[in-house]
Amino acid sequence: MTSRNALAAKRSRLALRSRILHGMRHFFVERGFLEVQTPVRTPAPAPEDHIDAMHSEEWYLQTSPELYMKRLLAAGYDKIFQICPVFRKGERGRRHHPEFTLLEWYRRGEGTEALMQDCQELLQHVCRFVDRFPQFSYAGQVLSVFPPWDRWTVRTAFQKWAGWDPLTAYESSRFSEDLVTRVEPHLGFPRPAFLCDYPPQEAALARLSPRGGLQVADRFELYWAGVELANGFSELTDREEQERRFRETLARRRQDGRNVYPWPHRFLESLDFLDAAAGIALGVDRLVMLLSDAPTLDDVVAFSPDHEP
Amino acid sequence: MGATLSASDLRKGVKLEIDGEPYLIVDFEFSKPGKGQALYRCRLRNMITGVQFDRTYRSGDKFLEADLEEQEMEYLYREGNRYHFMNTSSYEQVELTEEAVGDAKNFLTENLHVDMLFFKGSPIGISLPNFVELRVIKSDPGIKGDTASGATKPATLETGYEIQVPLFIEEGDVLKLDTRTGTYVERVKTSN
Repeated sequence: MTSRNALAAKRSRLALRSRILHGMRHFFVERGFLEVQTPVRTPAPAPEDHIDAMHSEEWYLQTSPELYMKRLLAAGYDKIFQICPVFRKGERGRRHHPEFTLLEWYRRGEGTEALMQDCQELLQHVCRFVDRFPQFSYAGQVLSVFPPWDRWTVRTAFQKWAGWDPLTAYESSRFSEDLVTRVEPHLGFPRPAFLCDYPPQEAALARLSPRGGLQVADRFELYWAGVELANGFSELTDREEQERRFRETLARRRQDGRNVYPWPHRFLESLDFLDAAAGIALGVDRLVMLLSDAPTLDDVVAFSPDHEP
Repeated sequence: MGATLSASDLRKGVKLEIDGEPYLIVDFEFSKPGKGQALYRCRLRNMITGVQFDRTYRSGDKFLEADLEEQEMEYLYREGNRYHFMNTSSYEQVELTEEAVGDAKNFLTENLHVDMLFFKGSPIGISLPNFVELRVIKSDPGIKGDTASGATKPATLETGYEIQVPLFIEEGDVLKLDTRTGTYVERVKTSN
């Protein structure tokens, strides 16, 4: 139900949302990033195990602009960002919408350290921009954006709160469940926190690197007040390895009866021209939710996903 | 047989059949780590026993929708610990045990219309109107001036149900009661 009154009542949160978007653009443009726009519809979304794309005629709505943005990097763009709508089938909850807004940014020739630094500076900048610096109240507690921010490895966080080590004894469904129910609720109080060094099975499109004798995915997630805000990684640029992962993912998707997408030829070819890069996606609606002290995502978008026509 | 549901059909209010018993999803949350599996966290309440528990489901899980049906019934009479009802359109009679009637027995008076819930064709319980009217059959006279004690006194209603009522209530008064809370709302008719 989105009556005129309900829409009118959202004005202050929507005004804050607009200000946050403005602050993000200001931050990146000031630092020499180029704002880009890539297609919202794609013939070949990135094959992922647990993210489903929605059909748009014979193409798909993007689940992330990732592949297109990396093609720009491979063509020589160094620092790019984009704020765009993305679509994920079947995701609907207090903190999930099937259509939501992502901020993605990429740095050619850099790794995850540079992205984590960006996160700290970006959130401080945005908080200043909307008068939430250095602290503000969310769900009855005080959150602070002031550094230093905690950094947890997946291994330490799981050992501490879930009582097992997913790096040596990985189990897919147990990992997801414990992450959501046991680990996430502790992360990011009162300052944002990073969760780093994922098991290789959770690498997605991230590069693997050795840490303390084990292979880990050079991937991190940013949490604030228990809310997952961003997922960043050092991009896998090894074409063969990426093709192998896509093949395996598509085979698993076929087996599970999920959408099996066409092969992303152009993206894979572009990896031949990309040595090192890092990229990150941040959920804009969730950040607005925190900064506007809103209980759900429905409160920070003008029209919630199941609004009446 | 109920319809087959998938995890994405789960939400608050959906009724499932698990191990041959009907369950209501009383609380529901969808969650999903960025690159991980979707989790459908449910708080389930057994619609017969009332027992609640939490369970997490994943995409790919399949469910049976509980085969439930509601019929309007009129309460007729009680015989021992069995309560007799009649379907208001088919005039068919159905009896429920005291256990199945539960706390609703405190509010059942002859000819009261209730909704009866059937699971796979068998009655499992009734839901009452939110408000009912019952006559006071026993209540000691209020002690005048004794307002310090909370200004209520016990009263026994025609169903045998005992509640706290204001001091001015007398035997023979008809009271309006909220069946959801089991409490006094107002006096609708005085005894004289």
